Amino acid sequence: MPKDGGIGASVKRREDVRFLTGKGRYTDDINIRGQLYAFFLRSDVAHGRLKSVDTAAASDMPGVVRIFTAADFAGVGGIPCGWQVTDRFGKVMQEPKHPVLADGKVRHVGDPIAMVVAETLDQARDAAEAIRVEIEELPPVLNMKDALKPDAPKVHDELTSNLCYDWGFVEENREAVAKAFEGAAHHITLDLVNNRLVANPMEPRVAVGDYEDHSGMHTLYTTSQNPHVIRLLMGAFVLGIPESKLRVVAPDVGGGFGSKIYHYAEEAAVTFAAKQVKRPVKWTASRSEAFISDAQGRDHLTRIELALDKDHNFLALRTETHANMGAYLSTFAPSIPTWLHGTLMAGNYKTPLVYVNVKAVFTNTVPVDAYRGAGRPEATYQLERIIDKAARELGVDPVELRRKNFIQPDQFPYQTPVAVVYDTGNYQATMDKLLELSDHAGFAARAEESKKRGRLRGFGIAHYIEACGIAPSNLVGQLGARAGLYESATVRVNATGSITIFTGSHSHGQGHETTFAQVVAEMIGIDASQVEIVHGDTSNSPMGMGTYGSRSLAVGGSAMVKATNKIINKAKKIASHLLEASEQDIEFKDGKFTVAGTDRSKTWVDITLAAYVPHNYPLESLEPGLEETAFYDPSNFTYPAGAYGCELEIDPDTGKVTILAFTAADDFGNVVNPMIVEGQVHGGLAQGIGQAMLENCVFDENGQLLSGSFMDYAMPRADDLPFFKVDHSCITPCTHNPLGVKGCGEAGAIGSPPAVVNAVIDALQRGGYSHIDHIDMPVSPARVWAAMHQR
Amino acid sequence: MTKVSMTVNGKSVSGEVEGRTLLSSFLRDGLGLTGTHIGCDTSQCGACVVHVDGRAVKSCTVFALDVAGAQVKTIEGMANPDGSLSVLQQAFQDNHGLQCGFCTPGMVMSAAALLADNPSPTEAEVRHGLEGNICRCTGYHNIVKAVLQASGQDVSKIAAE
Amino acid sequence: MHNFDFVKPATLADALAALKSDGAQALSGGQTLIASMKQRLAAPATLVSLTGIPELKGVCIGEGGLHVGAATPHAEVAREAAKHYPALAALAGGIGDPQVRNRGTIGGSIANNDPSACYPAGVLASGATIVTNRRRIAADDYFQGLFTTALHEGEIVTSVVFPIPQKAAYVKFDQPASRFALTGVFVAKTADGVRVAVTGAGGDGVFRWTEAEAALSANFAASAIAGLTVSPDGMIHDLHGTPAYRAHLVKVLTGHAVQAAA
Repeated sequence: MPKDGGIGASVKRREDVRFLTGKGRYTDDINIRGQLYAFFLRSDVAHGRLKSVDTAAASDMPGVVRIFTAADFAGVGGIPCGWQVTDRFGKVMQEPKHPVLADGKVRHVGDPIAMVVAETLDQARDAAEAIRVEIEELPPVLNMKDALKPDAPKVHDELTSNLCYDWGFVEENREAVAKAFEGAAHHITLDLVNNRLVANPMEPRVAVGDYEDHSGMHTLYTTSQNPHVIRLLMGAFVLGIPESKLRVVAPDVGGGFGSKIYHYAEEAAVTFAAKQVKRPVKWTASRSEAFISDAQGRDHLTRIELALDKDHNFLALRTETHANMGAYLSTFAPSIPTWLHGTLMAGNYKTPLVYVNVKAVFTNTVPVDAYRGAGRPEATYQLERIIDKAARELGVDPVELRRKNFIQPDQFPYQTPVAVVYDTGNYQATMDKLLELSDHAGFAARAEESKKRGRLRGFGIAHYIEACGIAPSNLVGQLGARAGLYESATVRVNATGSITIFTGSHSHGQGHETTFAQVVAEMIGIDASQVEIVHGDTSNSPMGMGTYGSRSLAVGGSAMVKATNKIINKAKKIASHLLEASEQDIEFKDGKFTVAGTDRSKTWVDITLAAYVPHNYPLESLEPGLEETAFYDPSNFTYPAGAYGCELEIDPDTGKVTILAFTAADDFGNVVNPMIVEGQVHGGLAQGIGQAMLENCVFDENGQLLSGSFMDYAMPRADDLPFFKVDHSCITPCTHNPLGVKGCGEAGAIGSPPAVVNAVIDALQRGGYSHIDHIDMPVSPARVWAAMHQR
Repeated sequence: MTKVSMTVNGKSVSGEVEGRTLLSSFLRDGLGLTGTHIGCDTSQCGACVVHVDGRAVKSCTVFALDVAGAQVKTIEGMANPDGSLSVLQQAFQDNHGLQCGFCTPGMVMSAAALLADNPSPTEAEVRHGLEGNICRCTGYHNIVKAVLQASGQDVSKIAAE
Repeated sequence: MHNFDFVKPATLADALAALKSDGAQALSGGQTLIASMKQRLAAPATLVSLTGIPELKGVCIGEGGLHVGAATPHAEVAREAAKHYPALAALAGGIGDPQVRNRGTIGGSIANNDPSACYPAGVLASGATIVTNRRRIAADDYFQGLFTTALHEGEIVTSVVFPIPQKAAYVKFDQPASRFALTGVFVAKTADGVRVAVTGAGGDGVFRWTEAEAALSANFAASAIAGLTVSPDGMIHDLHGTPAYRAHLVKVLTGHAVQAAA
């Protein structure tokens, strides 16, 4: 049994009290004396040449302080991209310029053209309406395949085409994969769409720029998952501000899901403007604005092929994907369809040969980047859909086909044909657990009961693997990352024994203030209430890379453990001095330092006090104080995996799909706070089910966003979802981080979409609609009904 | 500018507003009650829900002047008089019914109104009753549990425990 | 949004006087109008709130059936009409979400005549009478196409009078994002026959499905419409459904409504 408040306990979150009483402090709650308000005039056409921007009349409007256009940013850099992909011919990707404000051309609806800074937001907006913009409209490039035609209009005139890169992985396997298909007994093919999504954290983005004239210090308050990354990108690449003169603060942040990783133009614009106008400048996105300015997710078109031998062993897998980059390269966009996608195409299976081809394409749409799961949901969806299709075509049980091809428990560590090495796992165990919890054996009887009511019942399974805890810096450096991916922590022990931890991880819903404290409290043997977690401010925490990719505990937590171990080692030295014993004889347990085999001991507070009041202290060999910093750079990714099952009913009259039960059996390695882990899975499931059934970002033929608000972009509501059954009792601890943890933030969003679609196809085929072998997401009532009536 | 007065969380307040000043802006900017959040501009998300004369409304879709003289209650007025969490707030914490916390104030206000109307709702009634509030973090599982617990029902047998 | 003068009269007479000023517009619950104003699609010079006028509020039985004051919020109709006209109460209780129902009003809804709104189906199928400050308008004459009604400048709805049918039901298939009707069908059976009104589907807004009315007037059973087909011509095409799908839903939901009413 876990100790109260220690590792393994479902400790209630300390964050909750402020959020439940309205005392959270989000970026939009920050108002600085004298602040002005910024409003961005954005392009209402998808593609056009910007002939002129006349701000004369608008500048005279009441309350207007200054209007910024591209010309004002001539002396600063563009918004940088943090990842460079090398294509299959050894050439680096085409990387377009990304000006802070549109310069020469507008490239998507929402591209910012001018920023009005005024005394009130209404005045700024009124003035923006008075700016006269002349745009020569150009035909927009929207469809990815059309975009690659030789005569397609170019999104970026300076590039040779709309192709960002043509990536092959593993390129050396291309021929061998082709050969394997030639001789294969079975060849299954599936064309599918991974629908474009909008992350839509409930808090829209906000940025407040402030500048202190007397010190030359810039401060940016922003809704970010990684304030240090923003400081680096904006300071070094855009505005030319040394980090020592730039503080980035991300206070309470209302969800991110990837969309708040990136450095956005608005952040640079308000930081820049604050110095120009010598007053703080605040920008708050409306939701409508978020839909056309937050980086979006997914948007892949894929053909996937699977070759099997006569005994149904997987021989080879081949995919061709078109991945939409949108109009500009968002911070990590190039890495998503490549390294976060291609490296997962082996899935949980021992397929010996895999070849992945990805063509990344520029279009006149909102930029696309990571969204919860980022590349891994796309890989899992393809793989788990085609395995299901193969099972149906071959007339075998989809569970058994998976089991037969799983990497078996005794095969770890396992080198996949797509570069990565899985350290540990047991996929048979998670599959067993899923079948048990979902009462798979009783499904047939339930389906029969549904049939009596005129409903079609289906059961769908998916097994996923993901690479989390990103990532070894030297590896990602080779793969094109322009940043390291370590994490940092400073553990500051205070004189009377309480501890303040400064972490580079950032919590925007994950509950780090609670779980991180649990870990350190257990290591030291003090009450968790004595441990405070501080995050989100570059002025007090060491350089860290932030929170995404299910990395915070695996990487940030490991840094914290490492720093805490340094503390314990130093504390033992102090104890050995005070107890006049050799350091090797000092035992540390439950907050007490004891000389082994004696009853002589010192408490934690005896030691911390000695460190700061070093009257009786080995000053000649040991510095006073008790504060340590550690950086942890992982040696491998972590590999959470799990089996998901969806049971649903279709109303054949309307095509409406109702999820009756959803079960998730995950292996996250060790778990620090089960309550929080389960909550993460619930949220991931809701987003994955949302993708599968409801969410879809759609542009019309002119590049206007049709799903541009919550009136048309369907977010899951409480009555769209059932209670979930989630389990994390199958544990194969990560072998290479000190906590043995793998990460749980994205799993739900990765494993659930194929489980839902597999269940829909299962229901339809059982119901006699045997001609339906695929429906693209979202499986809306209209789409299901249309499929049922297209014979 | 026009003067508007109302009672907010039991206190008489007044301030100068324009015709277009929304109740949400009056609360956040005029009174500094920033617990009421703005998550959309189409009256869908429910992060801004407050009670006006005992009924849940979306404060981003009501003009401040239209509720002059009304009794308004916001998340800041939901704790017990001694500052401890109310039964409903405590149920949210006990059941991990919140993650990022942004939708939480509206969710609590809607749940409170729901329970006032229907003190012992079924799961389906809770889900339906929270239709006007979007949460992107929790998948609603623990929110629904929290509301059921706050109504005095046993939630220990609900899945995932 | 653009600024405006806000007035909140306490009587209908004062409201009508205020509405005479240039660029004045009536504001009822505001659940649609305020969102349009935020997008700057509507920019009145004066907004005249109708929410403080007691004579425009309330639900009661009177001459001709159930009288619903124009400024009565949906939630109140859901509560107060339940014992008199349960199908109408159920319709009101299914509009939008609880918060919208606490502010949105029947007058606001039918004055706007959104093609996907619920109330127009209830009003049209019931053969209700729309009472304005100037006249009484039969539902059949009132709805005149997309966001268009028989109301003139300066004319406001004061109440709606619903004859109470023998049997009735409204079945709505939600558009998953907005929670408006992707398609909704209201069926009302009276001594004079059956009326079927459809919302969410027609490109011109709410309409009556007369073939179904004839069939159901002869035989009030879902099987009576089995042989009918609905043409998709002129139906709404959007992200959430094709005209063919909506045409299909009209028939399916009509059947469900008949079953629910019977």
